[in-house]
Amino acid sequence: MEASQQEFLQHLLNGVTLGSIYALIALGYTMVYGILQLINFAHSEVYMMGAFAAYYTGRTLQLDQSPGILSFLILLIAAIVACSVLGLTIERLAYRPLRKAPKLNILITAIGVSLLLQYSAQVIFGAEPKLFPEVIADRTLFTVAEVEVRTLDITIFLVGTLAMGGLHFLIHQTRLGMAMRAVSVNGPVASLMGINVDRIIMWTFVVGSSLAAVGSVLVGLKYPKIDPLMGMLIGIKAFVAAVLGGIGSLPGAMLGGIFLGLSEEMVVAYLSSTYRDALAFGILIVVLLFRPAGLMGTPVKEKV
Amino acid sequence: MNDEILLEAKKVGMEFGGLKAVDGFDLQLRRGELVGLIGPNGAGKTTCFNCLTGVYKPTSGEVIIRGVNIRGLKTYEVSRLGMTRTFQNIRLFKELSVLDNVIVAGLQHARQTVMDDVLRHPRHYVEEARMRERALELLRIFKLDIKSDQPSSSLPYGEQRRLEIVRALATEPRIILLDEPAAGMNDKETEDLMHLIAQIRRDFRLTVLLIEHDMRLVMGICERIVVLDHGCIISQGTPANIKSDPAVIAAYLGVDEKSAEVT
Amino acid sequence: MTDQRARGLFYRSLPSPFLATVALVLVGLIIENSTNAYTQDVVLWIFTNIILAVSLNLVSGFTGQFSLGHAGFMAVGAYLSAWCSLRPEFQALPDPLRFTLLPAIGGLGAAAAGYIVGLPSLRLRGDYLAIVTLGFGEIIRVTLLNTEAVGGARGLNRIPATEGWLEIGLSPYLAQFSIASFWTVLTITALWRIVHSQKGRIFLSVREDEIAAEAMGVNVTQAKVRAFVISAFFAGVGGSLFAHSVKYLSPATFSFTKSVDIIIMIVLGGMGSFTGSVIAAIFITLIPEFVLRPVQEITKVDLRMVIYSLILILFMIMRPAGLLGTREWNDFAWVKRLQLILSRLLNREAKDDSSNTPSPSEVS
Repeated sequence: MEASQQEFLQHLLNGVTLGSIYALIALGYTMVYGILQLINFAHSEVYMMGAFAAYYTGRTLQLDQSPGILSFLILLIAAIVACSVLGLTIERLAYRPLRKAPKLNILITAIGVSLLLQYSAQVIFGAEPKLFPEVIADRTLFTVAEVEVRTLDITIFLVGTLAMGGLHFLIHQTRLGMAMRAVSVNGPVASLMGINVDRIIMWTFVVGSSLAAVGSVLVGLKYPKIDPLMGMLIGIKAFVAAVLGGIGSLPGAMLGGIFLGLSEEMVVAYLSSTYRDALAFGILIVVLLFRPAGLMGTPVKEKV
Repeated sequence: MNDEILLEAKKVGMEFGGLKAVDGFDLQLRRGELVGLIGPNGAGKTTCFNCLTGVYKPTSGEVIIRGVNIRGLKTYEVSRLGMTRTFQNIRLFKELSVLDNVIVAGLQHARQTVMDDVLRHPRHYVEEARMRERALELLRIFKLDIKSDQPSSSLPYGEQRRLEIVRALATEPRIILLDEPAAGMNDKETEDLMHLIAQIRRDFRLTVLLIEHDMRLVMGICERIVVLDHGCIISQGTPANIKSDPAVIAAYLGVDEKSAEVT
Repeated sequence: MTDQRARGLFYRSLPSPFLATVALVLVGLIIENSTNAYTQDVVLWIFTNIILAVSLNLVSGFTGQFSLGHAGFMAVGAYLSAWCSLRPEFQALPDPLRFTLLPAIGGLGAAAAGYIVGLPSLRLRGDYLAIVTLGFGEIIRVTLLNTEAVGGARGLNRIPATEGWLEIGLSPYLAQFSIASFWTVLTITALWRIVHSQKGRIFLSVREDEIAAEAMGVNVTQAKVRAFVISAFFAGVGGSLFAHSVKYLSPATFSFTKSVDIIIMIVLGGMGSFTGSVIAAIFITLIPEFVLRPVQEITKVDLRMVIYSLILILFMIMRPAGLLGTREWNDFAWVKRLQLILSRLLNREAKDDSSNTPSPSEVS
């Protein structure tokens, strides 16, 4: 096989790996948006906090001494619990009092919460990057067509797929999921049908935050330096992925995430790395100009 | 009376994802006519209005206003052809004063530029005074001038409906489409409104198309009535003809006219 | 209204901006002689922030289009102005004049960017527009980061500033202060007059109800693009003033966080109130420097941003309309009373204070 072809496959793999992380975080944005029509800017900080929760758990239990699936699971659970509690707290203290306020106010509050968490984290954890515990040794698992498939890539891909599959099951096969869908279509009517909307919103935050937690642990393993500002860029990009796919649409968020991850990887590999961070927005603007509701979103006509 | 056709709809159809909200809608409005558009709830009346005013782009058919086909025109361009409307669910500029609501509608006829405003050029003052006077004059006709400084959202419901009509008139239209102008009004207010519509039609030489559920109002002032059901015209003619048309009675059968007001 | 009376009003509207600038310059004279260099710099930042806040308010507060990319326009203005000031061609103009005109160049560049950003607003609404403006802001920043002509990631160093006009006793600082005052008064006057004229009501009508505005013959698309262009122009002016007062530019300055800073100013001051924006811009510039910094020195921990964001959240929950809501300084009863008393003292016709004719509210 030609070297260039092999390189391409390698980039493809990297792109999908990166993309599935974007997708995991994008799902949190899109779920909250679907139900509250709110860009939850604090989501990226929930993700950041997840990484730190896992980091401190790992350090306390000295998990890097005993790498393996078990240690990995402990980190995951720690991050999920921390993120869920944080997501719930934010919802309860900051967003719920503003349920009936103008949209802009809630958006500003979300930005405020994001800033608060970011700067508090800098005060508490320090601005210095921390080294994430290496609980899964990254080695070449096997080679397909001369492409190295590494443990981490497989882990990220598998865990990501599992989490998204779980979400799909939750949304489409459970009563909770049905209630979530009902609230996102029409909150007031859902509440008339006996659905406790506040409780559904809480669950949405729990589920969205948990997905971010999973994402944070995967990122921590792949790019082990974590710091309080780690959520900013990835958060914005994940949000872009959500909008790209059509905000409010779960398959859209997954598609948008993978699409974004792949395009970034390819552009960096074959064109130029310097514009990497602007690429997401370039794609976003182009897509929105042609499909204002995103790739998989349905345009909403205002009733006149 | 002049027989010039001001508004013509030819086989207008509007589909929403396979659902035909309006189908084969034909209408000719002659200068000075007052036509009523009635039909049970969900018959597609407001959708018709939206197609005629360019808010929706009809999926089939043509709309011609004063000789201009509105296909491809923006809503504001249609409005500037001399046709304007009121809204079923009142859409005033809530936080603007009563006066400003009317002024905004007249601005297409203002002659100053943004630069005149910034430099406070004499032209700015002349135009400001002119627009203000014009708006106040209109408000006076509808007895709203004493409230000109209040935010429009603070007006009682009936007055908000009247203000919508004033605002529409400020665009200096030739045709005005009224979407349920009497909705939510009591008998006395409806009565007043009937006279008012007749009066403005005379004084402003308007052609009027109105959607209304209040049969007394429709039968009382309309010269011609078009009945819509399930997106199709099922009957049209004089109020007397409509009243006795079996198709119309069938469409309304079991539907109490009063209860149909709640949308 | 007769032409003669209109002309009279025109002449009466002329001196107020001029007087306001002179008054500000006098304040500058006091500041120069009574405070240290650090305080003097902070005061200059106030002007920049006021310009940024009121210009964003035109788009977000008055036209209702939520923009998350204001720092991008500021960056275009700052970089363009700084780059021009470094070009030899520009040295031909005499000093104070050169630095008075540079903000206009920065503004024009930013206005062009504003036009491009305004175009997608033809199709996008609400959150989608917000995220696209955020995207444009980031694209501008990354582009600057990759443009070697303006220093790339290293930033642009040693940006010249005015050296004053010593022959007439204008020190460098006072010259800088005067230029900033001039542009600030110009910005506020222009925006105030646009919004407080009937044509300016178009922006408000778009904010209130696009569909109704459109049905009343308002070209909503044009109004939005105009709002973006005007707002971007002044953001560019603000950026230029910033560049020549800080004398160093780095793309990192113009990140999303800077846009958020400006949003915070207009939200705290009140969306749709220029007065509120001005007050909030002053406080938000001063508080971190003179209140939070000493606190930091005592506690040894940088709690500035923590407190700042906490205040923001609490404000949103407890006072969602901001300090002033949509009220302006002359909407308060006591100001109106004062105006009435003043106008009687000056023996003017009482008629002149009706809302139509320019009252003293035209001062700013």
